Amino acid sequence: MLRKVLIANRGEIAVRIARACKKMGVPSVAVYSDADRDMPHAKAADEAYHIGPPPVQQSYLVQDKLIEVAKRSGADSVHPGYGLLAENAGFAQRVVDEGLVWIGPPARAIKEMGLKTKAREAMMRAGVPIIPGATACVEGPDAAGEMAASIGYPVMMKACAGGGGIGMTVVRGPDDIARAFEECAHRAQKFFCDGSLYLEKLIVGARHIEIQVLADSHGSVVHLNERECSIQRRHQKVIEETPSTAVTPELRERMGEAAKRAAAAVGYRNAGTVEFLVDPNLDFYFLEMNTRLQVEHPITELTTGVDIVVEQLRIASGEPLTFGQQDVGQLGHAIECRIYAEDPVRFLPSPGKITRLSMPGGDGVRIDTGIAEGVTVTPFYDPLLAKLCVWAPDRPEAIDRALGALSAFHVEGLKTNIPLHQAVLGHPAFRAGALSTSFIEEHIQPRK
Amino acid sequence: MTDILATMAGTVFKVLVKPNDQVQPGQDVIVLESMKMEIPLQSEAAGTVAEVRVKEGEFVNEGGVLITLR
Repeated sequence: MLRKVLIANRGEIAVRIARACKKMGVPSVAVYSDADRDMPHAKAADEAYHIGPPPVQQSYLVQDKLIEVAKRSGADSVHPGYGLLAENAGFAQRVVDEGLVWIGPPARAIKEMGLKTKAREAMMRAGVPIIPGATACVEGPDAAGEMAASIGYPVMMKACAGGGGIGMTVVRGPDDIARAFEECAHRAQKFFCDGSLYLEKLIVGARHIEIQVLADSHGSVVHLNERECSIQRRHQKVIEETPSTAVTPELRERMGEAAKRAAAAVGYRNAGTVEFLVDPNLDFYFLEMNTRLQVEHPITELTTGVDIVVEQLRIASGEPLTFGQQDVGQLGHAIECRIYAEDPVRFLPSPGKITRLSMPGGDGVRIDTGIAEGVTVTPFYDPLLAKLCVWAPDRPEAIDRALGALSAFHVEGLKTNIPLHQAVLGHPAFRAGALSTSFIEEHIQPRK
Repeated sequence: MTDILATMAGTVFKVLVKPNDQVQPGQDVIVLESMKMEIPLQSEAAGTVAEVRVKEGEFVNEGGVLITLR
C-alpha cells in the first residue's frame, strides 16, 4: 500500500479522497490557499499545508509548491482529484520523475485522450464509434466554414485541448461560424492554453451516457456500468443517474466493451470514464475520455458497492483488481444532484458566506461536500457546494427520495440551484425517463 | 459621468469596449469570470466610454468600478 498521499485538490473531492485514505489506513496531506484556510478539506486530512494566495494560478496549479509539500510531508504519492491538475500530463509525468506515485493513469494516456482529435483517431483504430466530423484541428474561421459545410450544419465547435463542456458551442449555420470561431478560440486559449478548435456533427436529441472503467497494472480492465448525465446546463452536468432509462442489458454490454477497448487502446490504468453520446436510435458515439476520478462517481458506488477511490489507491500501489467483470453487479437506482452556488433561473454564480446550513440525511442519502456553516464560498473556484446522492430500490422511489432530501436541504447566505433540481425531478418528462442534453432548455427554461 | 460596476466579485475575462466607443443601454461591455463561469455585464446607460479601469485577467471586487462613461 501507499505510505502517505498528498491530495492536490480542494473542496468536496479532497474530503472524499481523505476519507478513502483513512479507510485504508494511509495518512493523507491536504493543501489550502488563503481563501480555503477554514474549509473542511483543510481539516479532513492528517496534515495540511498552506500553498499561497486564492487564485489557482498562484496556489493549486503551482506544480513546484505541490511537489515541495509532497517532499516536506514525506508523501510518496499524489492524488489529483478532478479538475485543476488532474488531466495535466506534464504534472503526472513530473510526479513520477520526482519518484512519487501518481494516483491516476500514465501521463501518455492523459496526453493521448487530452488532445481530442488524437483521441478520435485512436478510437477509430480501436473500433470505437466516433461522431462524424473532423479528425484534425481547423486553422481559422474560413477553414472552419468549409469543414462545417462538408459535415453539414448544425455542428458542434470544440476545443482540441478541451473538456468539461468549456469552449464548445453549437453553430447552426454559415452566418454564425466566424463569430463562434473567434469566441471559442479565445475561451480555449484562456482555459486550456491552446486555442485550436475542431468540429463535429451535432447529434440532435442526444443523451450523454458514460461508462466507468477501472484498469489495473496487470492487464485487467472492468467497467462499472453506465451513468446517464443528460441533464446539463451550459454543457455541464447538473443531475446524473444510474442505470440509464435508455440502456438495455444488451446496449450496456456493447457500450461497456467499447469503453474497455477505448481504455486498452491508450494503455489506460486506474479509474477513468468514457463518455458517449447516444442518439434516439440508440447508436452511440465516443465523446471523450475523462482520465481521472469523475465528480459523479458516487452513484456508481451506490449501485455497485465498489469504492472507486479505494480502488484507485489499490491500483496505484500495484495491486491487482480483486474482482472481474462477471462480479460487477447493479442494485437499485441512484441519482446525484449537484448543488451549485448559483442563481437557479439565470445560472449566475452566487458567491458569499454560508450563514446557515442544514443538510438532509437518513436512509439512502449520501452527501459529499466541502463546505460548512460559517465558511465563505469565494469566486475563485467552481460553484459546487455539495453532491446530494440518493439510492432506492427503483427509479420512482429514487426520484421521490431525492425530492424529499432536496426539500430538507437548507442553505442561507447565498443562492443555490436547489429549485432547478426540484423543477427537473418533478417534471413529468423526467419521471417518464425521456431525457436529452437539451432537457433543461426544452422543459424547464423556455421562458426567456 | 456614469460608472459601470462589477455586480459580483470575479476576474475580468474580456473587455469588449475601448475609450471613445459609443455604448447603448443593455450592451455587453465586459465579461467577468466568477466561479469558472463567464458573466457578461451590460451598460445601463447610453454614453461614450471615457476610461476602462480594468485589464483582462485583473481581479475585481463586487461594486468595483470597471468602466466610466461620459
